[in-house]
Amino acid sequence: FFQYCLSGHPTLPCNVLKFKSTTIMLDCGLDMTSTLNFLPLPLVQSPRLSKLPGWVLKDGSTFLDKELKECSGHVFVDSVPEFCLPETELLDLSTVDVILISNYHCMMALPYITEYTGFTGTVYATEPTVQIGRLLMEELVNSIERVPKAQSASMWKNKEVQRLLPAPLKDAVEVSMWRKCYTMPEVNAALSKIQLVGYSQKIELFGAVQVTPLSSGYALGSSNWIIQSHYEKVSYVSGSSLLTTHPQPMDQASLKNSDVLILTGLTQIPTANPDGMVGEFCSNLAMTVRNGGNVLVPCYPSGVIYDLLECLYQYIDSAGLSTVPFYFISPVANSSLEFSQIFAEWLCHNKQTKVYLPEPPFPHAELIQTNKLKHYPSIHGDFSNDFKQPCVVFTGHPSLRFGDVVHFMELWGKSSLNTVIFTEPDFSYLDALAPYQPLAMKCVYCPIDTRLNFIQVSKLLKEVQPLHVVCPEQYTQPPPTQSHRTDLMIDCQPPPMSYRRAEVLTLPYKRRYEKIEIMPELADSLVPLEIKPGISLATVSAVLHTKDNKHVLQLPPKPPQPPTSKKRKRVSDDVPECKPLKSLLSGSIPVDQFVQTLEKHGFSDVKVEDTAKGHIVLLQEAETLIQIEEDSTHIICDNDEPLRVKLRDLVLKFLQKF
Amino acid sequence: MPEIKVTPLGAGQDVGRSCILVSIAGKNVMLDCGMHMGYNDDRRFPDFSYITQNGRLTDFLDCVIISHFHLDHCGALPYFSEMVGYDGPIYMTHPTKAICPILLEDYRKITVDKKGETNFFTSQMIKDCMKKVVAVHLHQTVQVDEELEIKAYYAGHVLGAAMFQIKVGCESVVYTGDYNMTPDRHLGAAWVDKCRPDLLITESTYATTIRDSKRCRERDFLKKVHETVERGGKVLIPVFALGRAQELCILLETFWERMNLKAPIYFSTGLTEKANHYYKLFITWTNQKIRKTFVQRNMFEFKHIKAFDRAFADNPGPMVVFATPGMLHAGQSLQIFRKWAGNEKNMVIMPGYCVQGTVGHKILSGQRKLEMEGRQILEVKMQVEYMSFSAHADAKGIMQLIRQAEPRNVLLVHGEAKKMEFLKQKIEQEFHVSCYMPANGETTTIFTNPSIPVDISLGLLKRETAIGLLPDAKKPKLMHGTLIMKDNSFRLVSPEQALKELGLAEHQLRFTCRVHIQDPRKEHETVLRVYNHLKGVLKDYSVQHLPDGSITVESILIQATAHSEDQGTKVLLVSWTYQDEELGSYLTALLKKGLPPSTS
Repeated sequence: FFQYCLSGHPTLPCNVLKFKSTTIMLDCGLDMTSTLNFLPLPLVQSPRLSKLPGWVLKDGSTFLDKELKECSGHVFVDSVPEFCLPETELLDLSTVDVILISNYHCMMALPYITEYTGFTGTVYATEPTVQIGRLLMEELVNSIERVPKAQSASMWKNKEVQRLLPAPLKDAVEVSMWRKCYTMPEVNAALSKIQLVGYSQKIELFGAVQVTPLSSGYALGSSNWIIQSHYEKVSYVSGSSLLTTHPQPMDQASLKNSDVLILTGLTQIPTANPDGMVGEFCSNLAMTVRNGGNVLVPCYPSGVIYDLLECLYQYIDSAGLSTVPFYFISPVANSSLEFSQIFAEWLCHNKQTKVYLPEPPFPHAELIQTNKLKHYPSIHGDFSNDFKQPCVVFTGHPSLRFGDVVHFMELWGKSSLNTVIFTEPDFSYLDALAPYQPLAMKCVYCPIDTRLNFIQVSKLLKEVQPLHVVCPEQYTQPPPTQSHRTDLMIDCQPPPMSYRRAEVLTLPYKRRYEKIEIMPELADSLVPLEIKPGISLATVSAVLHTKDNKHVLQLPPKPPQPPTSKKRKRVSDDVPECKPLKSLLSGSIPVDQFVQTLEKHGFSDVKVEDTAKGHIVLLQEAETLIQIEEDSTHIICDNDEPLRVKLRDLVLKFLQKF
Repeated sequence: MPEIKVTPLGAGQDVGRSCILVSIAGKNVMLDCGMHMGYNDDRRFPDFSYITQNGRLTDFLDCVIISHFHLDHCGALPYFSEMVGYDGPIYMTHPTKAICPILLEDYRKITVDKKGETNFFTSQMIKDCMKKVVAVHLHQTVQVDEELEIKAYYAGHVLGAAMFQIKVGCESVVYTGDYNMTPDRHLGAAWVDKCRPDLLITESTYATTIRDSKRCRERDFLKKVHETVERGGKVLIPVFALGRAQELCILLETFWERMNLKAPIYFSTGLTEKANHYYKLFITWTNQKIRKTFVQRNMFEFKHIKAFDRAFADNPGPMVVFATPGMLHAGQSLQIFRKWAGNEKNMVIMPGYCVQGTVGHKILSGQRKLEMEGRQILEVKMQVEYMSFSAHADAKGIMQLIRQAEPRNVLLVHGEAKKMEFLKQKIEQEFHVSCYMPANGETTTIFTNPSIPVDISLGLLKRETAIGLLPDAKKPKLMHGTLIMKDNSFRLVSPEQALKELGLAEHQLRFTCRVHIQDPRKEHETVLRVYNHLKGVLKDYSVQHLPDGSITVESILIQATAHSEDQGTKVLLVSWTYQDEELGSYLTALLKKGLPPSTS
């Protein structure tokens, strides 16, 4: 039972579990923070970006000035942005049998795994996870492919060169492993390997292991996974939420009695309260618009945006914003809004009830109907005609390195009337803004991360009582910037086992039992004997069949009839073929009764002698001696088989077989 | 012997009033709770007093499962839960939970408001009944209690229709409800995995029919509608608000679009728009194609089909009207039928099965003079067409499902006795499984023969599988263990462990036999001869000659002593324990025969 840790990012995990004879990958998150080292990809030629000076080494050498550009004291790679993949060398990924996906954010590395490693297994995910995951991938591919970049920088990755670079480039890890974005054909190929599953669906893997997705409450279709055999249970908790937003609530009860609970995907901003952040988001938005400024909200096309739109739906009239246009710009904006309305079964109770009426579960349907919310595939086309300011724009990507958001940063950055509000917690907003400095526009940081915080975790762990907790090392110590906050770490007994990227953990549990089935015919033949009150025993001699990791016991085949022919057979023909194991014996032999029994069976000259430990029974005529002690009996006789067998059977009458 | 008992309270050799009681491993489950369209008296609902005379239903039933929203499967539910009284869980899929109360309310209105019946369930009762419903996902394993679990499979018959697997331990039953094995314009095909249930309870509406290709039927339908409209006639298509209605609407909509037809198409009752809305919100339950394209174009937004107003029925000129209900037994479809029946230019197309006793059934069986309420005689001159669009599996489909699920027994419901008889024979012939077709109130008992799961200690299993891995793995290996039965737990452990756990000591039984051998040689030479002899015979055994002069064969010890009186005789002491009984017994017999002549 091993866990291979392929990702060091606590909220974008990628672990591989060897459980019984199966190899299971848990999530394949893609660390996109690597893109922060790159220059943004502008949709429209940006004079500012193209005029940035090349970076010059301290000794004056300029050989990197084509690849690296400097902006307000930071150095950026001028190339197509690249992503940091999960570790691919730690184990042979073609041996992975299945991949379990917990939510759409944690599947972004899927094409790299399924299309480049010889993977031939199956991926399991819920329908909303797949549909929305597809949208996220489509948006990503689209926003990178529509800005073709002539150059692809690689010189800076040379280890010797990288040493000379300023931080953070100098410290970037595994840069040689960074990869460009995948293509749509690869996305489609990867998604075609997914098999859809529903919550609480039990999926058998090779008869050895059962996996079950459970609602995790974090996003549409998000799941935690139970991986279990008959005797051991591993819970994989990834991106869970106890807040009531739109998804179905988290299923906590099913996590009980776990031997191991792997805990990932906790909130990235443990000190921010999501409700408070939503309030700040609304008030900052209203203030900016009232002052005639525009609001830019860098966001993913699905998830928190649904909740923000719902808040605004309730808020805009009272805040006097009903005339302000809201734009949602993404190649998948329309699909995302439509898809959100058809997953009734994956929504919280309130939203489900609406569908029964039948009404759309999310109020953004009404915002669209009343023209308050408009969506466009990109800034080109219809949008440029409809565009009115001041307005509110929701668009991606939250890293501010690609997507339509780059255009709005360039367009609105120079005016202090405008505000950019960061709601997605995945990227440091200061790093995201770095290539746009100096900036006049206001920046507000309202990270909304609904995933579990440490207080909720400790309550959850008390509730479900796992024997062992496994988590990323980041959760076992306070955040580096707040080292005094010992409340911002996991506190449980026994202390959690922690892992880091490229590490292999041995999971602590020991199996004692396995399931086996006794066929009805065999069961009928068993003779149970009550040994103690309430406890019965039966000896079982049976044939073991094992197929597809399932064990079955059957009646042994009837021994072939001994040949009845009178013809003398050679002794060697009769050598016993296999050694049928005889039962163990237990009990003791009461001498008086034994002697009586002997006499009843025709032994007339029985004599008993006492010894230190027991008795000796003598059959004088037969020259036979039976030593009887508390826990042993020894029959010593001439080579007279019928006599010996008779005595044996008489002794056995007093003993129990096991 | 464990058994499964099945008693239909409705749908036994009949269509309508589906309600089947199943007892499996001590659990009682009621499958569907339908009404009968052919009756207006007590017979319209199942006789729930059969379940228990004076006890509470809740105490007797562990759960109720509703397969889909058609009234012959759920129409008696509020009566059952609120008037007879049942407070346990009722399971159905999300779309069924959404649509079922609407149809129940519709049914209540027709019965109470139009026909003036009293003592019927009320709107409040429908609401209270629905509060007891637990919605299930497809393929979700729902744990009803510790032992009983159920799982829904896609059935394709109408939006949200499901087949259910009911499982206790390793015994299981699959109930199909109504299903369709061929995907149609808006739904996918039914699917079940190879779950090998002890019993498959399947509908058999079209037990003897093998339907021609769907294309032909659709072409036929369109041709008939088109011809009638061309000659200025009116077409009435009685349907149920949800189900075939959407299928036929999609069909007509695309045809009108393609042929650029102008005659109006109407859909009666306010349900339509609402119904289509359900289809939009539950689009994940429709077929692949509709799901894929719904963002660009929602198939359930119709351009040519408008809402019907009662006054339109008297409008001159051609028109097509979809009206509810589907069997012409009440409501708007019956009203329009009465208006249009007298004109031979008009046409009524019955797109689905009609239950005995309904007007639909009468005209389909050729009756042209109908007695209506108030002794009025209605003469039917309009053309009557039947076209099987109901989404039931035909004989081929039923056989296909049986092949998929591989049940050990099959039980037919929801069909006519004669047709069932035919299908039963066919099933028994082709699959060699028993097939049953109980009438209402008749109990079928099926004996199951479940294997018993026990916990085997890993030590014992490993020991056994290690032996199994020897080169000679083909030979079945006997394994030996002790089964400990305690408080309903079964554990198979090695005999040693069993003794240890119970705090018992082993009693060793040992035999020592004196074997006399004629051999004048010295003792150690005799021993050597014995050793060589045994080694030659027992090739597969470990035979050893120990330094102290004794011989071992496996764990059997052989020592030689001189005979006290006769120097020419040696005495071999062969000693073994009870566990080596076979080999010990064999050895003494072998040695008794003497040694082969010495070769040295």
